[in-house]
Parts: sequence; structure tokens; C-alpha cells
Amino acid sequence: MAFLTDRKRAMGMGSAKSGTEHHWQMMVTSVALLLLIPLFVFTFGSILGSPYEEVIAYYQRPFPAVVAILTMLVGWFHFRKGVQTLIEDYVHGLARKVTIIVMICISYAAAAFAIFAIVRIAL
Amino acid sequence: MADVNRGNRPLSPHLTIYRPQLTSMTSILVRITGNALIVAGLMIVWWFVAAASGPEAFAVANGFLTSWFGDLVMFLSVLALWYHTLGGLRHLVWDSGRMLDVEKSELAGQMMMIVSVLLTIFTVIVV
Repeated sequence: MAFLTDRKRAMGMGSAKSGTEHHWQMMVTSVALLLLIPLFVFTFGSILGSPYEEVIAYYQRPFPAVVAILTMLVGWFHFRKGVQTLIEDYVHGLARKVTIIVMICISYAAAAFAIFAIVRIAL
Repeated sequence: MADVNRGNRPLSPHLTIYRPQLTSMTSILVRITGNALIVAGLMIVWWFVAAASGPEAFAVANGFLTSWFGDLVMFLSVLALWYHTLGGLRHLVWDSGRMLDVEKSELAGQMMMIVSVLLTIFTVIVV
């Protein structure tokens, strides 16, 4: 303990500088999702289980398609930020970095696949 | 500063010896439900990609999502989603500096559990 420098003690303890940005992004996406989630649950829920032709026709309408696109975009971004907080609390060392990177990639890939699919159905 | 004597101060209580409380339980449930939603989220992405790919792919994905297992995942995810949404709402209220005392936080926790179940029943009836 006596040989530790100030810098060594602070290293790896994190910084609050980007934490405020993270929190603000969670607040913005939370507010957006408060509106999007009910809209998505009742649009997606009403068409899930319908025949192929009906699903295609449904998502060619602007409102259900845009609700689905926004929910996938904002929802997966919200997840990407939220899961990072989870990992930072429970995973340490190299595994932490690897898990965070993998989850960020999965989140953006999921959003990209979903949005491309919805746009393709709609157009 | 580096070699400051921090004294033999007590540690904060660890989870294993800390009595579960409504506030801590409703808080950890927000985290569990939010992260568990990845399962339903990926299933929904698969469903959209399959629908864009064609009738054969759609039949497979739609068959899985509407099977008893898919139904179970979707039902639990709707409950998790409403609970997590209400949990997020509680966080937004907290961030505004309101309802921060124990009584109101516990009341909000009870409301989250009751309202999420009611919203789930409503969702199952409507869709």
C-alpha cells in the first residue's frame, strides 16, 4: 500500500466522464421506448401467427412498419447500453472487454437484420 | 494520498448476508427482465428476416414462434417487457428527484408488480 502511487490507485477504477453520456442515452431511449413498446406490442402481437400473405400486407403499411423499425433501432441500442452495464458489474478482466464487444456486435447486427428485413417487406 | 491510512473501516454488507427487501428485489428484477429480453428480441428479428426471405423461411420461423415453446417465451417476455418498462418509468421518476424515499419506492415496486401482471393479462386478451 505504501508504495502505490496516486495514478496506480486510480487506474482501472473507471471514469465518470462518459458515464453521464451513457446515462443520458439510456434516459432518451427509455422515454422513446415508453411510447414505442406499447405500439409495437399491439401491432406485432396482432399480426403474429397470421398467414404469410397477411403479414407481408400488414408490414407494407407505413405505421406498423415504422413502429417496428423504430422499436428495433431504439430497442437494440437500449439493450446494447444496458447489457454493457450488466457486464461491467459482473465480468472482470479480459472477459469483460470480450463480452462487451461481442454483445455490442450482436445488438447492432440484430438491429441491422431486423430493419433491413422490415424495409424489404415494406418496399 | 497514495499511502493514506484508510483505517479498519467496516465493509458495506454483501448480497449474501443482506436481507432481501422489496426495493432491492424489484431493482434486480428490472435488470434480469431487461437482459432476458434478448431471447424474445432475437426470435422477433429471426421472424422479420424470415418474412423478408420468403414463404418457406417464414413458415419455419412463424411455426417456432407460435409453437408451445414460442408461446411460452413470448408470454414470459411480455410480462418481462411490461415490468421492465414500468421499472424504466420508475427510474425516470427517480431521475427527476421524485419518489426517492423508501415508502414511495416500495409503493412503486408493488405497483410495478401488480400493473405488469394486469398489462400482461390485457395483452394476452387483446392480441
